[in-house]
Formats: sequence, structure tokens, C-alpha cells
Amino acid sequence: MTNLPAMEHVIEVTYLIATALFILALKWLSSPKTARRGVFAGELGMLLAIAGTLLHHGLEYKWIAIGLVLGSIIGVPLGEVAMTAVPQRTALSHACGALCVTLVGTAEFYLRAPNVPPFLMGVLSMEVILGALTFTGSLMAAGKLQEVLPQRPITYKGQNFVNLGLLGVAIIIAGVLVAHPDKTHLFPLIVGIPLVFGVMMIIPIGGADMPTVISLLNSYAGLSAAAMGFVLDSKLLIIAGALDGASGFILSVNMSKAMNRSFSNVLFGAFGQEQTAVAGAKEARPVRSATPEEAAGILSAANKVVIVPGYGMAVAQAQHKVRELYDALTKRGVDVKFGIHPVAGRMPGHMNVLLAEADIPYDKLLDMEDINGDFPQTDVALIIGANDVTNPAARTDQSSPIFGMPILDVDKARTVMVIKRSMGAGFAGIENPLYYMDKTLMLFGDAKNFVGAIVRELGGGHE
Amino acid sequence: MKLDLLTSLYVFMLAAFIGFEVIRRVSPLLHTPLMSLTNALDAIAVVGAIILTGEFHAHGATLAKVLGTIAIVAATSNIVGGFLITDRMLRMFKASGPKKP
Repeated sequence: MTNLPAMEHVIEVTYLIATALFILALKWLSSPKTARRGVFAGELGMLLAIAGTLLHHGLEYKWIAIGLVLGSIIGVPLGEVAMTAVPQRTALSHACGALCVTLVGTAEFYLRAPNVPPFLMGVLSMEVILGALTFTGSLMAAGKLQEVLPQRPITYKGQNFVNLGLLGVAIIIAGVLVAHPDKTHLFPLIVGIPLVFGVMMIIPIGGADMPTVISLLNSYAGLSAAAMGFVLDSKLLIIAGALDGASGFILSVNMSKAMNRSFSNVLFGAFGQEQTAVAGAKEARPVRSATPEEAAGILSAANKVVIVPGYGMAVAQAQHKVRELYDALTKRGVDVKFGIHPVAGRMPGHMNVLLAEADIPYDKLLDMEDINGDFPQTDVALIIGANDVTNPAARTDQSSPIFGMPILDVDKARTVMVIKRSMGAGFAGIENPLYYMDKTLMLFGDAKNFVGAIVRELGGGHE
Repeated sequence: MKLDLLTSLYVFMLAAFIGFEVIRRVSPLLHTPLMSLTNALDAIAVVGAIILTGEFHAHGATLAKVLGTIAIVAATSNIVGGFLITDRMLRMFKASGPKKP
């Protein structure tokens, strides 16, 4: 097994260039103008790194080729899913990444045992523990997002105790292995227990917390890959893992800030428990409702309209109808913008992708911080399938479970219109006082049909 | 070996700082493509899987081949799918130009 030194250098150089390209890829992603160049840089870096790896002396290619071909065959359909399915696809890809890391870590252990130095055993344990829990956790998240599994959080007494206990046991066993790497019979436990933990961790998490959880899983996937880099002594892998981990971490922090909750609160305190307390107080109060004709009349008389989309828009697949509404109103000289809450939808940036798919120019899609100052000068705020992110109780009602959460200040607009199926409470099961305000009009119906009806009234659309 | 690990820790630390600085600048508009792109880049773990699968092992060869091949499949599906979908998403982001009807 003697490697040609010259070849080794070539390989190392390809890794070095790949690393630079990966960092550039993320840098170029900062603006929509250069973002596609970023993807190209990433692809080039990946190709170089794989090509470089294949140059390693003494590799047997048969199974490598089978793996690469099979993976590509699976990868293409995963790259072509509908935009509405992107959150579950993303969760699934976290699972695939974590699976790869866990399997390689497992094989590395059995190939090296019992001669595993303590530091190496430590990072190896971290690799498989994080990898295994991310694998099953992401599969669970994907199942919930695809609605194969129930979306409602499932909680029981002592849940946190059980979960933390499981993780604690896995870490203790990892500690024993660091001291005695020859106890190979313990190794399956530090893979198996985190696999169970991953499932248990996601069971109490509801759909509205998915943006945070997906980001957190992203971070774990990155960290486990970085740990694998330590095990294999690959700087490229350490850097790619660190970048992915940092990205997931930043997104998780953003998401939990946008919900005014801490990480531990998202992971260990499901909204489910608070629900029961609120449910009793709910009684029928009068609301004003309107027909599509009335809504169309108000919208066409407006100068400035802000549309606030939420997960309901995605469920109803209403984004293309929303685009027709945007066109019809813009044609009449109405200034239409979109106000997007960071946790609208099921993953960070979900709404932006759906609206961009419907051909709405990205400069009309505004972040919460950028749009909130506009609401007092807005004639109509049209809410499509969003609820908790517009709830003024978050600003005013200290007893509300979402008190303190930053919201879109739609209640400051002159008229508020809410497209909603029924008066049912939102995901968190919290009453929204917005609906009972004098300036609020409830537009009851399916988002897609209702927006379509408004568009017909405005004489636009193509049916 | 000991020194190598220390170097690795430095590399990790610096990469994490670069990651924070670079990714903080990504507009929330592009957070979904960001996640799918970092996912694809993270699948560089395929490099480790390739070596595991292809290298000669005196013992545990079957284990290495089986786990390694599955790992390559999982990572490659992320690479191909991740880059494809990121590019598809980014193609959709268009500015409102003067040519808009």
C-alpha cells in the first residue's frame, strides 16, 4: 500500500481548491443575482473533490461505481420534487447525509478496534451519536411533513426525562468506550440508542416548530460530518461540516428568535400543553365576513396592499392564484408587496420559494423587519393562510402563550382581510383577536378558490 | 498524530467562524436554497465513503464494502438532488424588470 507521493499532492490540491470553491459558493449565495454562480462553484468543487478521491492509489472501483450510479439515480427525482414538497425533501436529505456519516463511522470503528486512541474514540462517538439521532429524527420530521405521520405533537408525562435519560446513557457508554475501546460489544448501543432518541425527540414536535427543528437537524448533520472529518483526518470534510453546522445553527437561532422561544423550549416544551388552557375560554364572538365581490372592490380601491402568506397558502397550493391577483392589482396601479414572517411555512424561506415559483419578483418579497414599518400606510393587509404570525396578542396580551413573539403588524393596516377555512384556531391552538377587530373582514373559504374568485371579479386571470 | 488533531481543531474553528460570517449575510429570501446547498456540500462525506469502500482491508472487508456502498448511495443522492433543486429554486428568483406586463 505505498502511495505515489506526487499523486498524493495532486489529491490534496484538488481538496484545497474544492474547499475554496465551497466557501465561495456560500458567499455568492448571499444575493439572488450571484446565487446561481454559487451553485456552479459548489458543483465544480464537488466534482474536483470526488475526482481527486478516485485517484487514490489502490482503490477497487466496482462498488464505488455502483454506489455513485445508484445514488445519482435516486438523487435526480429528489431534485425534481414539487416546490411544496421541499421541506420534506430537505428533511430527507438531512437523513441521507446523516446515514452516510453513521455508516462510515460504524465501519471505521470495527476496522480500527481495539486500537482506537481516546481522542479518536471521542470524536468517533460524537460522529455516530449525532449521525444516528439526525438520521431517525430527520426521517420522523420528513414523515410528519409529508403527513404520513400525525402532525400534532404527541406528549406524555416524563417525556423529557425519558429523552434526556436516553441521550445521557448513550453519552456514558461512549465515555466507557473512550476508556476501553476493546469493549466492542458496547458499540452497537451508541448507534442504537441515538436512533431511538431521534424518534422520541421529534414525537412531541408540532408542524409549526418544524422550521426550527429542520434547521437544528441541519446543524447536527453538519457537526456529525465535521466529526467524521476528524476521524478520517480530512480537512475538507471538517470545513464542509463546519460550514453546514454554522449554517444550520444560524438558521435555528433565527427561527427560535422569530418564535420568541429558546432551543430547549422548542425541543422540550411542546405547545401542546398550553392548548388545553386556552380551549375553554373560546366562545363564539361576532366577526364580519365578506364575499369575493366585496373583497375585490376594497382591493381595487386601495393604493397599497400587503399580502401575508402562511402555511395555509402552501397547503391550498394557492400561490399561482396569488400571482394572478398580484398581476390584476398591479395592472390597476395598486402597489402590492408581500410580508413574510421568518417562520411562515414549514422551513426557513419556504414562502419565498413558493412565491418565486409563481413568478412573483423577489424584490416584492419583504422580510418582517422591512415590511412592518409599512403597515400603518397600508390600505389593505390580505392574510392568506397565516395565523399565529399575525396575532396581535403577541404584542399586547401577557397571558398569551405566544406573548413576545415578533409578529407582522397587520392590525395597523386600515383594513385587514383574512382568508381562512373556518374560525378554527391556528396551529398553536391560540385565539387570534385580530379576527374580531372592527376593521377585519373574514373571507371564509379555500385559499385557492377564494383568491381565484377575487381575481375573476377583478377581471383578470386565465380560466 | 497528536499535532494533526490540534491542527484539525484549528481548521474547524476557523471554518466555523468563516461559516458564521458568510452565512449571516445570506438574505432570508434565500434561506431555503441555502439549506439545500449546504446539504449538498455536506455530502462531501462521500469522499470518506469512497475510500472506505475502495480500500483494501485485511479484516472486516465485507462490512466496509456493504456499509461503504450504502453510504456512497446516500451521499450521492444528496449531491445530485441537492444541487439540482438548489439551481431549480434559484432560477425562479427573478427581479421585477421593466419588461413586466
